[in-house]
Amino acid sequence: MQTDLLQEARRQVEICNACRYCEGYCSVFPALHQERFFSDANLTQLANLCHNCRGCYYACQYTAPHEFDLNLPKALAEVRQDSWESFAWPAPLARRFQKSGVMIALTTILAFALLFLAFRTLGAAGGVGFYAVLSHSAMVAIFLPAFLFPLASIAVSLRRYWQETDGKPVTPSQIVDAFGSAAKMKNLAGGHGDGCNFEDEDRFSQARRHAHQAVMYGFLLCFASTSAGTILHYVFDMPAPYPLWSLPKLLGIPGGILMVIGTVMLASLKLKADRSLGAPSAWGGEMGFILLLFLVALSGLLLYALGSTAAMPALLAIHLGSVLSFFLLTPYTKMAHGFYRLAALVRDEQRKSAG
Amino acid sequence: MTSQYDIAIIGGGNAALCAAMTAAEKGAKVVILETAPKAYRGGNSRHTRNFRCMHSAPLGPLVDGYGEHEYFDDLLKVTGGKTDETLARLAIRTSEECLPWMEEHGVRFQPSLSGTLSLARTNAFFMGGGKSLVNAYYRTAEKLGVSVLYEANVTNLELDRDRITRIDYTHEGEAKHLEPSAVIVASGGFQADTEWLTRAWGPAAKNFLIRGTPYNRGVVLADLLGQGVQSVGDPTQCHAVAIDGRAPKFDGGIVTRLDCVPFSIVVNKEADRFYDEGEDVWPKRYAIWGRLVANQPDQIGYVIIDSKSLELFMPSVFPPIKADTLEELAGKMGLPEANLVETVKTFNAACGDTSGFHPTELDGVKTSGINIPKTNWARPIDEPPFYGYSLRTGVTFTYLGLKVDENAQCSTESGPIQNLWAAGEIMAGSILGQGYLAGFGMTIGTVFGRIAGREAANHAN
Ligand SMILES: Cc1cc2nc3c(=O)[nH]c(=O)nc-3n(C[C@H](O)[C@H](O)[C@H](O)COP(=O)(O)OP(=O)(O)OC[C@H]3O[C@@H](n4cnc5c(N)ncnc54)[C@H](O)[C@@H]3O)c2cc1C
Ligand code: HEM
Ligand code: SF4
Ligand code: SF4
Repeated sequence: MQTDLLQEARRQVEICNACRYCEGYCSVFPALHQERFFSDANLTQLANLCHNCRGCYYACQYTAPHEFDLNLPKALAEVRQDSWESFAWPAPLARRFQKSGVMIALTTILAFALLFLAFRTLGAAGGVGFYAVLSHSAMVAIFLPAFLFPLASIAVSLRRYWQETDGKPVTPSQIVDAFGSAAKMKNLAGGHGDGCNFEDEDRFSQARRHAHQAVMYGFLLCFASTSAGTILHYVFDMPAPYPLWSLPKLLGIPGGILMVIGTVMLASLKLKADRSLGAPSAWGGEMGFILLLFLVALSGLLLYALGSTAAMPALLAIHLGSVLSFFLLTPYTKMAHGFYRLAALVRDEQRKSAG
Repeated sequence: MTSQYDIAIIGGGNAALCAAMTAAEKGAKVVILETAPKAYRGGNSRHTRNFRCMHSAPLGPLVDGYGEHEYFDDLLKVTGGKTDETLARLAIRTSEECLPWMEEHGVRFQPSLSGTLSLARTNAFFMGGGKSLVNAYYRTAEKLGVSVLYEANVTNLELDRDRITRIDYTHEGEAKHLEPSAVIVASGGFQADTEWLTRAWGPAAKNFLIRGTPYNRGVVLADLLGQGVQSVGDPTQCHAVAIDGRAPKFDGGIVTRLDCVPFSIVVNKEADRFYDEGEDVWPKRYAIWGRLVANQPDQIGYVIIDSKSLELFMPSVFPPIKADTLEELAGKMGLPEANLVETVKTFNAACGDTSGFHPTELDGVKTSGINIPKTNWARPIDEPPFYGYSLRTGVTFTYLGLKVDENAQCSTESGPIQNLWAAGEIMAGSILGQGYLAGFGMTIGTVFGRIAGREAANHAN
């Protein structure tokens, strides 16, 4: 990891440790106040715990032009970003994609092309519905590895994270508490529950928190929808397409709508917010990731709406292409954040129970 | 030109904002003239962390109760009786209704900070500290229609017998003036004007550090005193504490405090000790050390501890200077080597049984047989590595201010000024004649800011 980024974060958290005014905002400060000297491992954990709510920036009496030049959200965002790049496996891929929306877009276009090619060369093999365009077995042949490889990669990364931050064996209650915190996005609520500072300087608002919840729960619903489809297919021998009153649709349609709304909100908030309070170099990659999620969700909904029209094969290629790109890039884009952040929350529960 | 504003408020800290919101809620058209740029708005209020609040039962973040009687007693202790009882009791009594009022105007509280548990009952802590309080108040004030001018430096209030008739100020490099029907001054003390401080205190003041804003230069205070407005408080005194000598000249704030003195020996630039470092717990001694250091050559002290004490106190902003031997430490800190070694040797030899050492209580672990004893926490400095900090005098605020009555109204010898009120640090000398009670500055500013806002609005209507 880059020592200059760590050193800058260390300088800043040492000032915070002498001040402590922001103790009430989030989980970072109680964890910080337990240390006196900050190892790289401490800083990595603090960085992944920080939710970039920016409360501590706008409340800080030492931000520039003051000579102490505090900007903790940025210092931690840069360490966090750097930690994801160094824990990723294989790491060079993360260096390509974390920061570059263009690279994400290129991969996605490549994935479209791949699917069109697959439609042409592999074809239907006698299927109906979507499988009239690409056979079920061809889809599985493409998507199973595209799903399993990222999972394996993330597993390697999380192991590295856990070793670096000296994690202990995990107990069920730690998991429950960490998921509880993520489910409510507690650290984006500000200690007082008024929300975070993002789109309008020091005004507290729930906009970012709610938008994130929409994307996160929307995504989980879509994921559940796909899983339900898989189970229906293999266990109950009921292949797609499914009617409106079926589990995949009941989960997938609201999920897709939530994701579309949430990603549009996140993107517009992101345009209003001050870029210098995050990792400015990663802005493009983050925006690219939001747009990719938007594309996944929108194309999914359109596919449902226009599935029986002539637009279907093109929409199917776009949808499957963006999903493919999303899966493959999971370990190397912002998508990895969910995994690291959960790990950091679990690690923080361990700190708390160790007293 | 008659003014488009009913009320002009001079200053942009806590007292000014409380006055502005109160007056605007009563329908007045209010303008705030703040000399600092937006990034530094809020004066010393941006450095605060809590306010002291009376309460008969648990209230917000405050536990148990803290009644008027006990509060007033605490005030008598620190001021040695130098207070105006009527105004003091007014501030104390009103503090209880301030807490919910502050919440309604956007302030959020949090449980007392780690390391400050002793204040959990008496002081309510602002979440995010004073700057977040100031931010919330600016938002609320602007919603209420208050206009704010930054970099608006008030230079003169024209006093014509019993009325202020004009305000002169500079804004964006141009001389301007206003003629509002009422004026509230809330522009703090004069501690950032080093020349004034030097005139009052003597040449030593040049080496003092100012813990808060560089913008409280007492311009308006001097202007009003020069026109015969009545004053209160000792013009030669300031509240000063011992802080890290490496702190910036201005605005170092809370992080420059150093809590390690009780576990150390403190020497001057000749490497001689000069006072009992273990006389009492640090919160009761840091102000005394501000003066002690001010009286040493070059107004500087050096704190020396060894490795066994390093983790006994709150960390401060700058890491200590570290060395494996005392000679090396002396070299790094610019102290005479031989004498530092000698001073430590003498001190160590005077230490006795240290088995009763207890860092958070007066433990009676003391030296014997030396001229300057250490009466608690006296353990030999003998376990390398050794650590050193420098100490300087850090000024918090000055005592000289404007005399006000229960309505926060100012006066001259011939009676009240019809349209001039004062709030906050600039009139705190009426209540705090000497000493300081943690969290009382914000209480005074909130209580009298609201009173001044109310009175000025009544006058303007
Ligand atoms: C480091 C530090 C920590 C402190 N902590 C606490 C605490 O925890 N609790 C507590 O109760 N007290 C604390 N105090 C004391 C507290 O800061 C003051 O009592 C309080 O802020 C005074 O408020 P005020 O509004 O009167 O003055 P300030 O907040 O200082 O505001 C004065 C304003 O006037 C403006 N001004 C000055 N001159 C002019 C001019 N000529 N024209 C226009 N504007 C002008 C300044 O820019 C400033 O905005 C602390 C002080 C310091 C230095
Ligand atoms: C599992 C627990 C999760 C946690 C704790 C979490 C937490 C966070 C936090 C704190 C942020 C804001 C800070 C930052 O930009 O890094 C963020 C941003 C984001 N999250 Fe999550 N997240 C989780 C899961 C997810 C999931 C499942 C998705 C959707 C697939 C998602 C989508 C996003 C998006 C799109 C952003 C970008 C917002 C921006 O850049 O402004 N998150 N997440
Ligand atoms: S961010 Fe600033 S105000 Fe908050 S704890 Fe750190 S130094 Fe203090
Ligand atoms: S940005 Fe928010 S979450 Fe991160 S350290 Fe600051 S207050 Fe905590």
